[in-house]
Amino acid sequence: MSDTHAHSAAFVRTETLPEMPPPPGETGIVKWLRANLFANVPNAILTLVSLWAIYALLAGFIPWFTNAVWSAEDIRDCQAQLDGTRGACFAVISERWHQLLFGIAYPQDQYWRPILAFILLFLSAAPLLFSKLPRNLLVLTLIYPFLGYWLLWGGTIVAPLVALAGVLVGFAVYQRLVTGSFAMGFFGGIAAAFVAWWIGGFITGAAEGVLALEPVASRDMGGFMLNMILGTVCVSLSLPIGIMLALGRQSDMIIIKWICVVFIEFIRGVPLITLLFVASVVLAYFFPPGTNQDLILRVIIMITMFSSAYIAEVIRGGLAALPRGQYEAADSLGLDYPQAMRLIVLPQALKISIPGIVNVAVGLFKDTTLVSVISMFDLVGVVRGPIFSSTEWAGVYWEVWGFAALLFFIVCYSISQYSQWLERQLATDHR
Amino acid sequence: MKAYAFIGALASAGLTAGVAGAATLDDVKASGVLKCGVNTGLVGFASPNANGEWEGFDIAFCRAVAAAVLGDGSAVEFVPTTGKTRFTALASGEIDVLSRNTTWTFTRDVDLGFSFAGVNYYDGQGFIVRKDLGVSSATELDGATICVQTGTTTELNLADYFRNNNISYEPVPVETNSEAQPLYLDGACDAYTTDASGLAATRATFEDADAHMLLPEIISKEPLGPLTRQGDDQWADIVRWTLNALIAAEELGVTSANLEQMAGGSNNPEINRLLGTDGDLGAMLGLDADWAKRAIAVSGNYGEIFAANIGEGTPIALARGLNAQWTQGGLIYAPPFR
Repeated sequence: MSDTHAHSAAFVRTETLPEMPPPPGETGIVKWLRANLFANVPNAILTLVSLWAIYALLAGFIPWFTNAVWSAEDIRDCQAQLDGTRGACFAVISERWHQLLFGIAYPQDQYWRPILAFILLFLSAAPLLFSKLPRNLLVLTLIYPFLGYWLLWGGTIVAPLVALAGVLVGFAVYQRLVTGSFAMGFFGGIAAAFVAWWIGGFITGAAEGVLALEPVASRDMGGFMLNMILGTVCVSLSLPIGIMLALGRQSDMIIIKWICVVFIEFIRGVPLITLLFVASVVLAYFFPPGTNQDLILRVIIMITMFSSAYIAEVIRGGLAALPRGQYEAADSLGLDYPQAMRLIVLPQALKISIPGIVNVAVGLFKDTTLVSVISMFDLVGVVRGPIFSSTEWAGVYWEVWGFAALLFFIVCYSISQYSQWLERQLATDHR
Repeated sequence: MKAYAFIGALASAGLTAGVAGAATLDDVKASGVLKCGVNTGLVGFASPNANGEWEGFDIAFCRAVAAAVLGDGSAVEFVPTTGKTRFTALASGEIDVLSRNTTWTFTRDVDLGFSFAGVNYYDGQGFIVRKDLGVSSATELDGATICVQTGTTTELNLADYFRNNNISYEPVPVETNSEAQPLYLDGACDAYTTDASGLAATRATFEDADAHMLLPEIISKEPLGPLTRQGDDQWADIVRWTLNALIAAEELGVTSANLEQMAGGSNNPEINRLLGTDGDLGAMLGLDADWAKRAIAVSGNYGEIFAANIGEGTPIALARGLNAQWTQGGLIYAPPFR
């Protein structure tokens, strides 16, 4: 066979050619550039324009950042130090950082308290966020709301202890009664908690100075701390309320159903800023002078109502996405309503709802800056009020707004990354 | 009909519940702290410093009232209010006095039910231009582009003024002062208009402040002053006469430096009546004889307060102008202490 072509072809190659490197245009960086950036003329033009835009941004930003003045008396001192060159005046941050973080009136020698509360927040939220951690740590989560309150607001430790005792009493009563019926356990538990708080009120009144931290008035809370307080409290309160509203809206009991529908539709039909104005302005008319309810408390109630209405609708979407068969399966196992919800329906519905809930949570966290409009000194309020109006720093804009944006970005991006991780953890389907 | 009457009664009961405790003086004395509504931040007028202590022209007045009533200029709880929340805060009793660069107008005095204690700063709308524009009067601004905050009275005043003078202009609407400043500096508008005190404060932050000037024309009247709820005349009198005491002290030459010496007795009977060494003016107000002395002791007389916060020695560098004593050609004038 080998000499078949010996007569028909002048030359036959008998060995294979060695491998050649691919032509320079088809490999490595050149190929990548050609495929992705310069595939055709319009793409090439877009690439060049984008490069120019990036260059222009960096050429402006980098000198601005590297020339920055970090220590100065006031903006005029900054301008004198820069002496005509372009540069940031970060001296405003180094002088006023504590106001941006803690507000203008939180006692400076007590800053360790919010810092400690902030660190503990992560420790106590961890067992909720990461299911692989030991379940015993949930005790810390239970204690944290009371501990955090005591750290931030100060006063005697007896008050938060009484509040905790009330919750425990309520839970014990719930455990005892829930075997009879869920509703009886639920309302019985709430009633028992209120009785415990009422009795505990007398103890708190008597034990004024027991383990007391320096009390800090709500009005003195501010800065990013206030945004964090409002964000965490309102999100964590509105999640259970939102679940209850979502279930109530699907209930067969006509009164409960309509209460939930009216609540959700009313709250969703009103802008948050309106609710905040009601909290700060309208309610003030109806309380006699001197019995002014705590403004932060009023604001927390309003924001919680607002976000729980939204979360309820997100969760209702999750409930609607479950096939009818899941409900029927629960029924056929002989589970009653609370069991069916707790063991079968809600775990699936909540998993579906994660992106929506996180969306609401991130939006809500940023919406807490709206309280600056009702003259509370949150992060934005501190920037727009005390800093922009001080004779030292009036005229500084980019530096402070950039700092505020950075703080919000860190928190919101972390929430978003966590939720994506959680979705991957809970993925049980095969995609 | 009955139902309507009931609801109306309920609503008005709710509304008046806030003001039912008419004796503000007693409330303030009982709580030991004066709740003073102030601006959330206005350069030179009200602003917390790096330590969180409030400073400014409006703040000094709050401290003077607290000193007169409670004997302690630091016994003040400053309640920051915005332009939207200030009047409800006062009407509902959340604050005892509002000292927040509030313009005295007919409707606020009559319709909203407040008592203005007087005027502590005569402001008005002005213009700022670059000097190299070569303009020395607002009437020469024909055809100019002018930055103006939308939705404010300044926008309306501007339109009126240019129509009156039969000249044209092109408005550049901006939302806030902090937005107007870079626009003006970048040359997006030839002139920027807002209250003259605000213009001076804005100019103070410019890198090349000397290259800009305020035009002499003031095109609106903005008399700013502290106010209280209507219906408590005793409290309104205390606030009014504290302001008058500060003004009279400047006129009579009583300063924080010579206060002790003057209080020891002087040849001028009006000073003696003011500082309580003669007569019983304090008792008529429901205070003690030293009330005015304490008010002046906190941060000095009107002129000293002006100089320390917004005067020519500060970066804001406002001239006294209309706010000079009447003896110096200004409008600041206190009725006699007699």
